Amino acid sequence: MSPAPRRPRSTARDIERYGALFAQRTKVMKSSAMRDLMALTERDDVISLAGGLPDTSTFPPDSYASLMSAVAAQSCARALQYGPTEGLSLVKGCIGEVMAAEGMAIDPDEVLVTSGGQQVIDLVCKTLIDPGDVIVTEAPTYPGAVPTFCAYEADVVQVTMDGDGMRTDELEATLGELERAGRRPKFIYTVPNFHNPAGVTLSLERRRELVRIAAERELLVLEDNPYGLLRYEGTPLPTLRALDGGEFVIYASTFSKILSPGVRLGWAAAPAPVLAKMNLGKQGADLCSSSLSQYFVSAYFASGPWQNYVRSLIEIYRRRRDVLLDALAEHFPREARWTHPQGGLFIWATLPDYIDTTDLLARALEENVAFVPGRAAYMDGRGGSSMRLNFSGVGEPEIREGIRRLGEVVCEQVALYGTLTGAAPVPKPRQRAAPSPGPAPTAASAPELAKVLPLAAQRRAR
Amino acid sequence: MSRVAVLKGGRSLERQVSLKSGARVQDALERLGHEVLAIDVGPDLVARLHAERPELAFVALHGRDGEDGTVQELLEVLGIPHTGSRVSACIRASDKVLAKHAMRDAGLPTPEFFAFSETAFRELGAAQALPAIEERLRFPIVVKPARQGSALGIKFARTAADVPGALVAAISYDRKVLLERYVSGRDLAVSIVEEDGAPRALPLVEAVPEQEDFYDFEARYEIGRTRFECPAALPAEVTERAQEIALAVYGLLGCSGFGRVDLMLDADTGELQVLECNPIPGLTETSLLPQAAEAAGIEFDTLIERILSAVAVPA
Repeated sequence: MSPAPRRPRSTARDIERYGALFAQRTKVMKSSAMRDLMALTERDDVISLAGGLPDTSTFPPDSYASLMSAVAAQSCARALQYGPTEGLSLVKGCIGEVMAAEGMAIDPDEVLVTSGGQQVIDLVCKTLIDPGDVIVTEAPTYPGAVPTFCAYEADVVQVTMDGDGMRTDELEATLGELERAGRRPKFIYTVPNFHNPAGVTLSLERRRELVRIAAERELLVLEDNPYGLLRYEGTPLPTLRALDGGEFVIYASTFSKILSPGVRLGWAAAPAPVLAKMNLGKQGADLCSSSLSQYFVSAYFASGPWQNYVRSLIEIYRRRRDVLLDALAEHFPREARWTHPQGGLFIWATLPDYIDTTDLLARALEENVAFVPGRAAYMDGRGGSSMRLNFSGVGEPEIREGIRRLGEVVCEQVALYGTLTGAAPVPKPRQRAAPSPGPAPTAASAPELAKVLPLAAQRRAR
Repeated sequence: MSRVAVLKGGRSLERQVSLKSGARVQDALERLGHEVLAIDVGPDLVARLHAERPELAFVALHGRDGEDGTVQELLEVLGIPHTGSRVSACIRASDKVLAKHAMRDAGLPTPEFFAFSETAFRELGAAQALPAIEERLRFPIVVKPARQGSALGIKFARTAADVPGALVAAISYDRKVLLERYVSGRDLAVSIVEEDGAPRALPLVEAVPEQEDFYDFEARYEIGRTRFECPAALPAEVTERAQEIALAVYGLLGCSGFGRVDLMLDADTGELQVLECNPIPGLTETSLLPQAAEAAGIEFDTLIERILSAVAVPA
């Protein structure tokens, strides 16, 4: 039997014909050039520090199998069936445990189970945003939220951060300006713990400030906390929800980083009227989250202490973070700065402002290393000299080698700029490591290496 | 009908665009009744070509290795006739510096420029010559990588202070860069397809950016960021002159099969200036050549068939 004739791919005229039908909101949904560049980062031979992938390689396959067997034996028909939109009470119990571990007590009817934390962002926008409405976020903000904000045609205003997270003084000033312009943000979006992409954590003082501001102005805050339990040092801070008592905070979290992103399970805890609308929005989106996943997660929690796996991930990620930080210190020029996250998956590095990290990515790809250019985290063209570096997605040797390659390229550009501006010749970077991945040379051996190895900017044969 | 290998994808920065171009070409060739072998080019390219033995290759690659003569050389070694320009024309056309030198030597209009390699800056102190260059070209100056398509890496330097950063950016894409006088005016594209052995210029496409003052990589591939007018609203004599110049450039560089010459209509002088010649222009839904072909009454499938028939089969 011959295959059905394929529909001809659309011509420009077809695009126009359909184009008249597309909703206004899709006009801002772009297939971006950066996405095309980013697609190149996924080649096998590229060391990608660009992803946001947690490490799922250490989840024991036989645990996975026995959990699924347990679900099959005990709940087969129900796991294969539709569930209620708000989520199964079994899994809400697990959610309660996770939230308790972060100092929050929760009632099951304050919780909406979602298909990942991403869906919470989408539902909050769907519930609250009319085209042109203002949202306030950090600068930079979570790159994955940007397309969602665009899809709902929000007007996003970004407030800068420092080592303690969002600058609440700037937030107040911004809110004041907006007020004078007759505009009121629908919500403030924040990632207070181990910010993606900035790595920083909102200090306790700033958390109290933010909660106070929200209460005074009766503004909703969407607190996105996927990484709160992935802490490698320091003391856990109370969540905004805990400080606020749940009045103005919509709390979002997920099983993605503490169990598995593949289960696509997250949740929102919000004031009842907001949650009710979000529930309706979710019904319209996907009826309910995967029952299979919810039973799997419940079985997992029932099978033993769920915190053990989190602790093992913390060990792995802490080491990788440290390797990345050491490698940056070794290979990046003194003009570069980077954050020191106390947890989470990302480091944010900022280069001198004459370097554009989107262009740098093109150069870095030639050396088979990749990162996320900072522009992806801003809606207004800022971020051109910054980059997000992920340390959860690759192993320690790759991290070391990736940063070595990246550092070489960055130093090359710094040196070139120095030459072009007639500045004094820029000193070579502190040390050159051997080309093959391996233990990094110690500080003591580096000067010797510097004498032996040839000029920095020469390309190495690979 | 023939057994045609469609070469697409590859490792250049324009890979994603090439995948789209290639997919459209595949579909057209299938509808035309050819046997299509789609190849996302990689290290196994030669092995696959040996194994599959296509009669012809449709090269739908953009950028490095696909448009610069590299893959063409390979195909020639393997004895597989291919679409579009051959090796030397690809080398000349895909390198803006070579192309502009050829044009200048032949008296064809192209904006004044100076080209350097990165080593000139590192080893010969070329940075010290920048003030003289800036005086000659005046600001704003366009800084471009010599061999990159889709407007990647093109920066504007509005003042002397912008130049070093613009050079660092352009050098990220290519060790060889050029600084070119900025021409303010209308952005025109002359698409060329061969018909019965002779190159024919199609209706002009004008790219009108909706927002920015420059038609950058993002705008070019997103629906809605740039308005395309085809045929461009120009006086007949300007259109004719643009087509004449484009055909002259196409011929000068030795191109064959098809191509696209991009020009600016200088708002100050009314002169046409050639920016570049693309030996493998995009064939995506938002690309210029298919739009120009449609305006000339040539449907996409017919366009692809023409490009294929223009392949010179070695005697």
